[in-house]
Amino acid sequence: MSTEAQAGHFPAVDWEGGAFPYRVGHRKLGMWLFIVSDSLTFSALLIGYSYLRASNVWPTPFPFYPSIVFSSVMTFCLLSSSLTMVFGVSASSKGDKAKARKWILLTILFGAAFIVLHLIEWQHLIHEGLRPFFLPEHWVQVFTQNGVPPSPLFGATFFAITGLHMFHVATGAIYLLVVAARINKLKHEDVEISGLYWHFVDLVWMFVFPLIYIMSVDIGGHLAAAPH
Amino acid sequence: MSDHEAHVDEHFAGSNKLFISIWVWLLVLTLLEIFLAYRPMELHFMLTILLGLSLVKAFLIMAYFMHLKFERLSLILTLIPALVVCILLLLVFFPDSFRSQGLRYQYKEAPPVAPPPVEEP
Repeated sequence: MSTEAQAGHFPAVDWEGGAFPYRVGHRKLGMWLFIVSDSLTFSALLIGYSYLRASNVWPTPFPFYPSIVFSSVMTFCLLSSSLTMVFGVSASSKGDKAKARKWILLTILFGAAFIVLHLIEWQHLIHEGLRPFFLPEHWVQVFTQNGVPPSPLFGATFFAITGLHMFHVATGAIYLLVVAARINKLKHEDVEISGLYWHFVDLVWMFVFPLIYIMSVDIGGHLAAAPH
Repeated sequence: MSDHEAHVDEHFAGSNKLFISIWVWLLVLTLLEIFLAYRPMELHFMLTILLGLSLVKAFLIMAYFMHLKFERLSLILTLIPALVVCILLLLVFFPDSFRSQGLRYQYKEAPPVAPPPVEEP
């Protein structure tokens, strides 16, 4: 222990030649490496979206209701699901598998609520006429600036980024379902690893929500006032 | 090498009270973001504040929910700095983005719009 205290801020010394240099198993390290690579995927998409947005006239079409209300409730669902997942992992570390399973099932429920709300929100926009490469006609009229129309790529960035995130939530829910079903056969570390993935999905949403939704609020209510 | 180094630490540090307080903080920061959305302000200013808040939230989630605060420093140093550098390298595209604003294609006619939705009979 004393060597550990002395090692302090020298990571190479911190290893101490043990079989687990990071004091985590290879599965957990693998999940961490996957998370790092997946966060680069989302970073690239968000940077691509910002690139398009900075070089074009960009529509800011989201009304308080339904878009912002829905996305805020969805944020609440994801944050709460992270909390229940932490409780599940905590119960699992104490060996209480039954309790861990209940918390994980609650996590899945919050995740499912997120997906359902998000699909309803998509439905609103699709019904309004938004497509990956087309804007609704009245959006074009409202958001044209100095004769330059808004970029029709709004839909492409919106559906690609939120769609990929929704896919992650869906796969995460299936992953957790498998973990909950097989929890008696799994080690604690496996439960903790599934938690890492779930928290990562939550973390990504913490960037998607402000950049996609909050930055595209129709502040003056221009769209609601326009005839369509 | 001492014996305790040869196994993986399975203890999950942090009390439920701590996690609930982190959850409350995350909710408060989210509400602040929604509030800011309706404050009229400069776009760059808004973007800076929102990204700052997002980074704080990401830090809270990684440190406590993802348990990184309780892991070894060597793991954190292996994962995070390289990721941050890679993400920052992506910013190299932005000068081109700002430049292309001046090169934008000027539509002579109205740009393409979606065909009107088909009415259900």
